[in-house]
Amino acid sequence: MIYIIYLVIFGLFLTSVLGLVASWIDRKVTARVQYRVGPPFFQPFIDITKLMGKEVVVPNTASKGMFFFAPLMSFAGAVVASTILWINQLGYTEGFLGDLFVVIYLLMIPSIGIMLGGLASGNPLARIGASREIKLMLSYELPFILSIASIIVRSGNSIIFHRIIEIQGQNGANALSFSGGIALIVSIICIQAKLSFAPFDIPEAETEIMAGPLIEYSGIYLGLYKLTKCVLLFTLPFFIIILFLGGLNLSGIGIVYSIIKYIALLVIITLIRNTNPRVRIDQAMKFFWGPVTVAAIVSLVLAFIGL
Amino acid sequence: MSLKLRALLKSPWVFHISTGSCNNCDIEILDCLTPRFDIERFGMLLAPSIKHADVLLITGSCNRKSMIRVKKLYEQAPKPVVVVAIGECSCSRGLFIHSYNCPVPLDKVIPVDIYIPGCPPKPEAIIAGVVKLIQKLKGKA
Repeated sequence: MIYIIYLVIFGLFLTSVLGLVASWIDRKVTARVQYRVGPPFFQPFIDITKLMGKEVVVPNTASKGMFFFAPLMSFAGAVVASTILWINQLGYTEGFLGDLFVVIYLLMIPSIGIMLGGLASGNPLARIGASREIKLMLSYELPFILSIASIIVRSGNSIIFHRIIEIQGQNGANALSFSGGIALIVSIICIQAKLSFAPFDIPEAETEIMAGPLIEYSGIYLGLYKLTKCVLLFTLPFFIIILFLGGLNLSGIGIVYSIIKYIALLVIITLIRNTNPRVRIDQAMKFFWGPVTVAAIVSLVLAFIGL
Repeated sequence: MSLKLRALLKSPWVFHISTGSCNNCDIEILDCLTPRFDIERFGMLLAPSIKHADVLLITGSCNRKSMIRVKKLYEQAPKPVVVVAIGECSCSRGLFIHSYNCPVPLDKVIPVDIYIPGCPPKPEAIIAGVVKLIQKLKGKA
């Protein structure tokens, strides 16, 4: 029962609101970088409300079941992942063995949902977008999991969030060591691709394939995809903070540090997004399987040595 | 005014259709998105696909080939949708009014909510036109 309360209050409601605020910060920082004024504070909320009220157009060529199921699936994956993170962060339970792996799998589901939705919509551009999403996912998952592996080694082979946070409380944040620092850089690059922000916005390249897999979506289903993006924009930095920066501390002055940690990570992501052009899919694949994977392996080796 | 319409007016995503224009009006529309005018202040974004659009910005002289496509695009756009005719050509076919290739004006094919004349209209004129459109929709609802 308490899990359902966590799912609704923290996973669904709080994460959505925080994610929408995060997407406002993202758009505002983007606007300031380009010397613009930027949208007002409630703009992401208004966008979602508007999309709820629009008509849903279903293309003739779409396979209807999957077309409607895929956005729900990606939203559900992101929400459940954030719920597990909140449960561990707020210390209600000690978690269960291997919840780290469950979260890694759940964080893949939004990408899979986008792929399935794109393939189900029957549009050629959406299919190109979906195939690019598959290739991008194959590229970034390897270094992402390797960088998490180095954290697992550093925290004494424990695969429970609770234990990882506890060990960081005793020994200082993981990011302050050599192996943790390299792994942090690798995983920031990987979440850039997971969020499909520039330079890795290849699946949704607006100027080439017009929003890619989302091209045929309209109304509330498009809103669900946008909301999934916002939820991920909160959940992925939260995941990184738990693994590398010692988690959020929600008591007393710690709340200020937690907000600063999160905003700093978000602004780094936004600045990378605003200062880089889009790369081609083959360049992205070479980048992830070349230098980024090598860096992740180096950090894993350093973690084994104990640096 | 209903919540649906109020949200629509606060975040109109625009989609840009050219029905054979000389590109002048299109460049003036793109000017509205630049830092100098910055229509993202009002929540407007350039929609990549017609399925995401709330406002259709139509420019050009409405020739035979493109009007079939415009009609299809209007049918595909999720309602409620607002149509804006930008430039002299799409308002009244401009200097192509006697051309064999431009038999009907835009508003005989799809319903048009507002006309912004000019050859091309300035970005200020486009923004002023959209402000008038919002006032009109507010008064109507």
